[in-house]
Amino acid sequence: MQLLNLYNCLPTYVVISALLFSFGVYGLIVRRTVIGMLISAELILAAASTNFLAFNRFLAPDPAIGQVFALFIMAIAAAEAAIAISIMIAVYRNYKSIDADDLVDLQR
Amino acid sequence: MQTIICQPAASPALFSAEGVVGIIFLVTIALMVTGALIAVHAQRLVRAVAGLAVCFTGLAGIYYYLLSPFVAMMQLLIYVGAVSIVIVLGVMLAFPEEAAPADERRTTDVIKHRSALAGPVAASIAGLMFAALSVLGLKTEWQVFPREGEGDMHAIGITLLTTHGMVFELISIVLVMAIIGALVLAQRGRN
Repeated sequence: MQLLNLYNCLPTYVVISALLFSFGVYGLIVRRTVIGMLISAELILAAASTNFLAFNRFLAPDPAIGQVFALFIMAIAAAEAAIAISIMIAVYRNYKSIDADDLVDLQR
Repeated sequence: MQTIICQPAASPALFSAEGVVGIIFLVTIALMVTGALIAVHAQRLVRAVAGLAVCFTGLAGIYYYLLSPFVAMMQLLIYVGAVSIVIVLGVMLAFPEEAAPADERRTTDVIKHRSALAGPVAASIAGLMFAALSVLGLKTEWQVFPREGEGDMHAIGITLLTTHGMVFELISIVLVMAIIGALVLAQRGRN
């Protein structure tokens, strides 16, 4: 497995998606605002669909199914982003902030 | 190391066409990792969204290397073109400033304590997950099945509308509900 042949090897893509996933988990923990957490969640979803496409390219018998699944993940992620942004705008109208430290009404 | 799957297994020469393709792949990975680092680390959220767009552009290149050019196009259209713009709109409408240390509520002890711990704890958790997933991916004996289809756009269209037709319709309903729900939610509370 040499450096220039990495793009033909399955472990490369598995490691790439693991890297994206761990970036997403790191961002979910350190971010203070809800929009920052949404960005990290998008990274995690992208890691999932990278994994699907990698196994689709190297292992699956029918290489169309993994691509269809990646398209489904994209549609769900787009819907999720739209809903999350509109919830954030509604929250911002009520609290004048989208900092996760301020949205603690249920703790009291 | 016989479990590592490479198709084809031979490494190309540096100045052949395949060697250039390999170099472009490394550049794509670098672009993606840089974008992800900016998306996670930038203090201002607009820069984080720009980093997200860069990361998704690199990811579209990686999808192209995975022999799915249609998904790469959709990645550019949906993620770089739509989702990033939606998040930019959200940042614009709810203008949060993440770096605001002068705020007196944030200097109370509990929250300061939490922020001091959050970085190292998050980094160690993410590093552990990365190491575990990478070892899992490198050590597993993957089983390769013989190819049956081509996986081109023609096959994707047929699979999307016949085998997975039900899921396709359900996703359409989910998207309509998301549009209506976003409209209702964003309108609530407006005077």
